[in-house]
Amino acid sequence: MLTTAPPRPAQPAAARRRRAIGDVLLAVENISLRFGGVRALTDVSFDIRKGEIRAIIGPNGAGKSSMLNVINGFYHPQEGRILWKGRARPRMRPHEAAAGGIARTFQNIALFKGMSTLDNIMTGRILKMRASFIEQALWIGRGRSEELRERAFVERILDFLEITHIRHSPVGTLPYGLQKRVELARAIAMEPELLLLDEPMAGMNLEEKEDMCRFILDVNEEFGTTVALIEHDMSVVMDISDRVVVLDYGKLLADGTPDQVRNDPAVVAAYLGVAHG
Amino acid sequence: MAELGPLFEVVLGGLMSGVLYALVALGFVLIFKASGVFNFAQGAMVLFAALSLVRLAEWLSFPFAFLLTIVIMIAVAWTIERLVLRPLVGQHGLILFMATIGVTFFLDGFGQTIWGSNVYQLDLGIPASPWFLAESLFPGGILVSPIDVFAAAIAGALVLALSIFFHSTKIGRALRAVADDHQAALSVGIPLHRIWLIVWSTAGIVALVAGMAWGSKLGVQFSLSLVALKALPVLILGGLTSIPGAIVGGLIVGAGEKLAEFYIGPSIGGGIEYWFAYVLALAILLVRPQGLFGEKIIERV
Repeated sequence: MLTTAPPRPAQPAAARRRRAIGDVLLAVENISLRFGGVRALTDVSFDIRKGEIRAIIGPNGAGKSSMLNVINGFYHPQEGRILWKGRARPRMRPHEAAAGGIARTFQNIALFKGMSTLDNIMTGRILKMRASFIEQALWIGRGRSEELRERAFVERILDFLEITHIRHSPVGTLPYGLQKRVELARAIAMEPELLLLDEPMAGMNLEEKEDMCRFILDVNEEFGTTVALIEHDMSVVMDISDRVVVLDYGKLLADGTPDQVRNDPAVVAAYLGVAHG
Repeated sequence: MAELGPLFEVVLGGLMSGVLYALVALGFVLIFKASGVFNFAQGAMVLFAALSLVRLAEWLSFPFAFLLTIVIMIAVAWTIERLVLRPLVGQHGLILFMATIGVTFFLDGFGQTIWGSNVYQLDLGIPASPWFLAESLFPGGILVSPIDVFAAAIAGALVLALSIFFHSTKIGRALRAVADDHQAALSVGIPLHRIWLIVWSTAGIVALVAGMAWGSKLGVQFSLSLVALKALPVLILGGLTSIPGAIVGGLIVGAGEKLAEFYIGPSIGGGIEYWFAYVLALAILLVRPQGLFGEKIIERV
């Protein structure tokens, strides 16, 4: 069932990418976020360009997940603003961010455990469905044609992520690696412009990690989906990302290509545990 | 054949009152299914809806009073969503449960403050005198109350409509998603607050129907809110997440307690009706904790 990943190309992701990196899709400017007296983020600014794979890295508690939660509207920063396609975005709730083209996965898998793989992924299509309540309930008109069309769409995603065999399994019964993949499938089903992945490879074995890497690259290349991901595995980060943001203690520590970041003295210090000056 | 007459009458009467339990249980199931909250306030909502209807009907024609009560129940749902659920998003189920206990006391008190606390007669225009069926088969026929038949028909229609709603509409899928995981539901673009408003409004309307059925039997009074206690064993039997389960559970409890009263009652001095359902529920809990129809609890550890 798990296919082995093709041998990894030696050159960096940017070099083998067919799709060009475009304009700035999302920019966070001077974001500060506090919970009571705890400063989760302090004056953080960076941008994500259309078509790129952007990694957010940093030690535990650096504010990476908080940053994703700010981007998709779970948290509202006390200071700073978010520019989406060049326009300042008003205070936005998560379902509004979803409607605006931002999909995400979670660090601790957040699937609908009692529902089948198929139904889970179908929830990713809810925003695309337009048929009226009556049409759906009576299975007539648009209700019927739409459900069939969306089923076919989801079938392609199942195929793409190689999970057709678990179509009808309740996701609560699936092994961890497959649950992660179903969660990715649900996010992709939303056809997002920006895909936020919170530790997509945490807790996976090498084979599963390689599969996941391949899927992320495929999504990025075939659909042109912009990806922002949090990841702890440095070899993965250096391998697939175009640019890397490093956070530490809620502050921006470095921002640049994998090579620039890897050689940044501040980053090396943070990761090797040198005392902060 | 003739000696079976009383048995049929007992079973039929039991099934009919079981439908009434099921109506109350249905409100619990709806809210639990869609938001993962065990809404202790369902009984209070039944009382509040019935009180509103009966008092409004005193100075409005019945259809207007009915419609206005629906509007009131939607307003109640909106208020609960705004003031209780929204600030508690993502909290543990027990915290939400405690909040609904608070809502219970508030609604009980508030309802009686504005509508009064007397016993009010609710006349639905259904003949009160019982029907006698199959008089040719049994001496004296089988006694059936028209109100029970009316309630059974309404409950059946409600279950059918709600089942279709849950299983084949987009909102139904969204409801199931919200029940499973609030954050994930938000992240795929489901407007949680609107979904909760829909569910609590629907539960409010189900409470109104239950209040009408019970109110026309017992009169509209404080004890209406206690019918919620009879819904608990029904829920345990049928499973908290199953709409058909609520109905079947109601029928089993209704028929079971009447049969127990009929057969065992005389030998131990009666009164079985009051506790039989709870003993039955306890027995079920030991064998099938998720209820007869509840979704199997799936957890991969």
